[in-house]
Amino acid sequence: MNGCANIKTIAKRELVGYFASPVAYVVIVIFLLLTGFFTFMLGGFFERGEASLTSFFVWHPWLYLFLVPAVGMRLWSEERRSGTMELLLTMPITPWQAIVGKFLASWLFLAIALALTFPIVLTVNYLGSPDNGVIFGSYVGSLLLAGSYLAVSCMTSAITRNQVISFIIAVAICFLLILVGYPPVTNFLYHTLNFKPWLVETVAAFSVMTHFDGLQKGILDSRDVIFFLSIMVFSLFTTGVIIRGHRAG
Amino acid sequence: MIQVQNLVKVFGAKRAVDGISFSVERGEVLGFLGPNGAGKSTTMRMITGFIPPSGGSVTVGGFDMEENPIPAKRLIGYLPENAPAYTDMTVHGFLSFAAEIRGLRGELKRKAVQRAVEMCFLEAVLHQSVETLSKGYRHRTCFAQSIIHDPDVLILDEPTDGLDPNQKHEIRTLIRNMGQKKAIIFSTHILEEVDAVCSRAIIIDRGKIVANGTPQQLRQKSDWAGAVTLRVNGITAAALSQKLAQLSTVKKTVILKEESTNVTARVFPKSGGVNSAANGALAQSIADAAQGWRIEELHTEEGRLDEVFRNITMPDTMKEESK
Repeated sequence: MNGCANIKTIAKRELVGYFASPVAYVVIVIFLLLTGFFTFMLGGFFERGEASLTSFFVWHPWLYLFLVPAVGMRLWSEERRSGTMELLLTMPITPWQAIVGKFLASWLFLAIALALTFPIVLTVNYLGSPDNGVIFGSYVGSLLLAGSYLAVSCMTSAITRNQVISFIIAVAICFLLILVGYPPVTNFLYHTLNFKPWLVETVAAFSVMTHFDGLQKGILDSRDVIFFLSIMVFSLFTTGVIIRGHRAG
Repeated sequence: MIQVQNLVKVFGAKRAVDGISFSVERGEVLGFLGPNGAGKSTTMRMITGFIPPSGGSVTVGGFDMEENPIPAKRLIGYLPENAPAYTDMTVHGFLSFAAEIRGLRGELKRKAVQRAVEMCFLEAVLHQSVETLSKGYRHRTCFAQSIIHDPDVLILDEPTDGLDPNQKHEIRTLIRNMGQKKAIIFSTHILEEVDAVCSRAIIIDRGKIVANGTPQQLRQKSDWAGAVTLRVNGITAAALSQKLAQLSTVKKTVILKEESTNVTARVFPKSGGVNSAANGALAQSIADAAQGWRIEELHTEEGRLDEVFRNITMPDTMKEESK
C-alpha cells in the first residue's frame, strides 16, 4: 500500500518533469508528424484500399527506435549528473519503487503520445468499416513494444551520466532487437551462414518484430505479451543491479 | 539517535573511511571537520544509507541502516553536498514532492511546506523554477527539503557552502535552534562555524577520527593554549627573553614583534594546557617580574581551532617544512 503511494508520488513527479521541459512536446509533435508521414506517404494508406491500420502500425518499431530512447535517456543519467539520485535514494523508499515509478511515468507519457494518434482511427472508421478489435490489439502491441524499448533505455541511462551515450546504446540494443527477426537478416542467417532452421527461429524469437507482427494482426497471443513483459522485467531488474553497483562503489 | 560503529569504506585500493565510530544523541550538534577528501562526505553518505559500508554498521533511532533502511531513513533529513534539487520543478513543486514522499498528505503536507518555506525564507521564489534560482536560494531550497518532515536526525553536508555572510548567519542560527531538539551532524570547512554552532566536533583525516571533543577541549590541544601574550614598553627583546627565562613558570618565550619602543612576545608555561590556577600564576609571575618596563597588554590564549586543525591534519612532511 505504502509502496504504491511511493511509486505514484515518483511517477507524478517524473511526469510533471516531462511536461515542464520541451522534451515532451518535441517528442509528441515529431511522433505525430512522422506517423502521419509514414502512414500516408510511405505506407500507402489510401492506395491499399483496405480499411485497416496496417500501414500505420508497421512503422512503429522504426519510429520508436529513435523516439523512445529520446524519452528514456534522461531517466537515470540526469539523476546521476545532477546529484538528485542521492536525494532520491536517501528518501524512505526502496530503489525498486523509484525505478518502477520512473518507468511507469515515461510509459504513461508514451501512452499519451500514442493516444493522440486517435484521429487516424476515426478516419479509417469514417472511410470504411475496419475490424476495431484488430486495431485495439495493435495499439496494445504498440504500447508493449514502446514499453520494452523504454525499459532498455532506462537500463542504459543507469549506466552513464551522459545522456548522449545512454541514447546511442539504447538505440543500438533496440536496433539489435529488431534486426534479429528482420526477414533480410533471417534469410542471410539461413542461406548464407547455413544456420539450421531451428537456430534461425530461436534467434528470431528474440526479435521484437516477430512478436509485434502477431499483435499487429490483432492476435493477442499470451506468448507475445509475455515476451514484451519479460524484456521489461529483465531490463528494469538490470537497472536495479546497475544502480546498486554504482552505490557500492 | 545515531550510532556509528567501526565504519569502513573501501574504494578500490583506497580506504576512504577507515574504522570510524561515534554516536550523536538528541540535543547535540556534531561538527564534522577535516581536509578535502578526508572521508567526511563518504561517512555521511553511509549514515544516510546512500552507499553501503564495506564494514561496520550505522544505527539511526535504533534501526540498522542496512537491515532496516526504510524506518531509519524516515527519521533522517539529508542535505547532500552541492545541494541537488530537481531543476525542472518549481520550489513549491519540489517541496511538495519531498513532503509527499515523506508520507505527508493534504493539510499536513500544506502545513509542512509552509513551515519549511518560512524557516528558509523562500516565499519570494516559491513559484520560480529551481533552475533559475541563485546558488543561495537553491541551497536553501534543498535545505528546506531536508527539514520538511521535522526529522529527529539531520545530516547536513556543508550547509553553508556558497552562501553570503547573512545567509550563513541565518542557516547557523537555524541549525543551533533545531539542535536543541534534534541530533544533527554537519560538515564544514569553516572553523568559526564550529564555535558558533557545535556542541561537539570531530576532526577526520585520511578516513580516521583524529580528534573528538567540545570546541573548548579541541582548542586546548593547541600549542598556544594557556600561553600568555604580552606587549611591553621600555625593554629590548633580548633583555625581555632573558628576564622571562629566569622565571620558574616559563618554558620558553617567543618574540612576535619588535618595534622601536614596544616588544610583543608569547610566553609558554611549563605546565601546558588551559588551567586557570596555573595560567593565573604565570601571568602573575610575569607581572611581578616587570621592573623598569611597563606591561601594556597581557592576556592568556585559549588556543585556536585553526591551529589545532592544521597541526592534526597537516601531512608530517609539511609540518617539518613549516617549522
